[in-house]
Amino acid sequence: MIALPYVAVMLLIFIGISAAVLKRNLVKMIMGVSISASGINLLLVSLGYREGGVAPIFTTAPTLEMVLPTPQALTLTSIVIDLAVTAMMLSMAVLIRRYYGSVDAGKRRLKG
Amino acid sequence: MAARYLKALTLALFLVVMLGGAAMLSPFGSPKGTVMDDYYIANGQEQTGSNNIVTSVVFDYRGMDTLGEGTVLFAAATGVLLLLGRGFSEKE
Amino acid sequence: MKRSDGPSVIVRMSACVLAIPAFTFGLFVIAHGHLTPGGGFAGGAVAATLVALILAAGGRKAAGGISNGVLSVMEAVGLMAFALLGLLGLGTTFFWNFLANSGSLFGAQVPFGINPGDINTAGVLPLMNFAVGFEVFAALSLVMVVMFRYGEEGQ
Repeated sequence: MIALPYVAVMLLIFIGISAAVLKRNLVKMIMGVSISASGINLLLVSLGYREGGVAPIFTTAPTLEMVLPTPQALTLTSIVIDLAVTAMMLSMAVLIRRYYGSVDAGKRRLKG
Repeated sequence: MAARYLKALTLALFLVVMLGGAAMLSPFGSPKGTVMDDYYIANGQEQTGSNNIVTSVVFDYRGMDTLGEGTVLFAAATGVLLLLGRGFSEKE
Repeated sequence: MKRSDGPSVIVRMSACVLAIPAFTFGLFVIAHGHLTPGGGFAGGAVAATLVALILAAGGRKAAGGISNGVLSVMEAVGLMAFALLGLLGLGTTFFWNFLANSGSLFGAQVPFGINPGDINTAGVLPLMNFAVGFEVFAALSLVMVVMFRYGEEGQ
């Protein structure tokens, strides 16, 4: 069977994408994208796990067998990029609310 | 009404494909191809002098990626300041 | 019940008590980035909760006291310092750690094995941690202050 962390990752990505597709409110769509991004970060970290390993830090470590450090370094970059994308999307949503009066994606906005 | 069923069917198919992809990953707990990370763990302390191997990978062995990440953060802050910066003086 | 304007007394007292220890903890996480988990990015995010607490408990007057220009300059200085530290080792390669194992500023040698941790090690890495922590703190604070001011001016 599939291991439990991978099932959790695929469920998180699926919930995020279905929220981004099925909802009509702009803020809920942005939250769906953010949930999907968290799922991707969890996938990156759980790919580098070794059985019985500890964190790759030599300051008072229990054993010398450690998990892989490179996926954790890439996850740091991914978190910052997700923060940047969410900030830009949220400021666009604020501007749409200011100029069109509502954050509903179903209303027609192009007049004429 | 048919559009809702079509959306639900597509999403269910998407979930099945993703779970099928998750079954093809290497088994949890024994990753393949650990030659590079074993080198980082074995030689990171002598070459960079830091106890934290993740920090030495982020800032020393792969410092170029961190430079790109700092640039992305700077661009995001500049973008928010451009979109929402009503404090700039608007002369009419 | 009369609707009170601004946050209540409990929120203001808690923010006054919690702001400075949170900022100090953020500086601690940045400074020990080469010995404990953390580093520049996580420590900068923890230190930015100082500005978040000021905005949550202070209201419009407190947000007027934080200036946009100073935060922008801080963010630019942080990123330029990081790039400059990468260029300083250009004799060998880009991003060469020229202070490690050298005996000068951060240059003690570390043999392989488990040790309690000496802060005088790791070469140019603590300086890079400070630069990145500075930049992340300034960027997050700037985004929060700009969004807060945009919302407050509309009413």
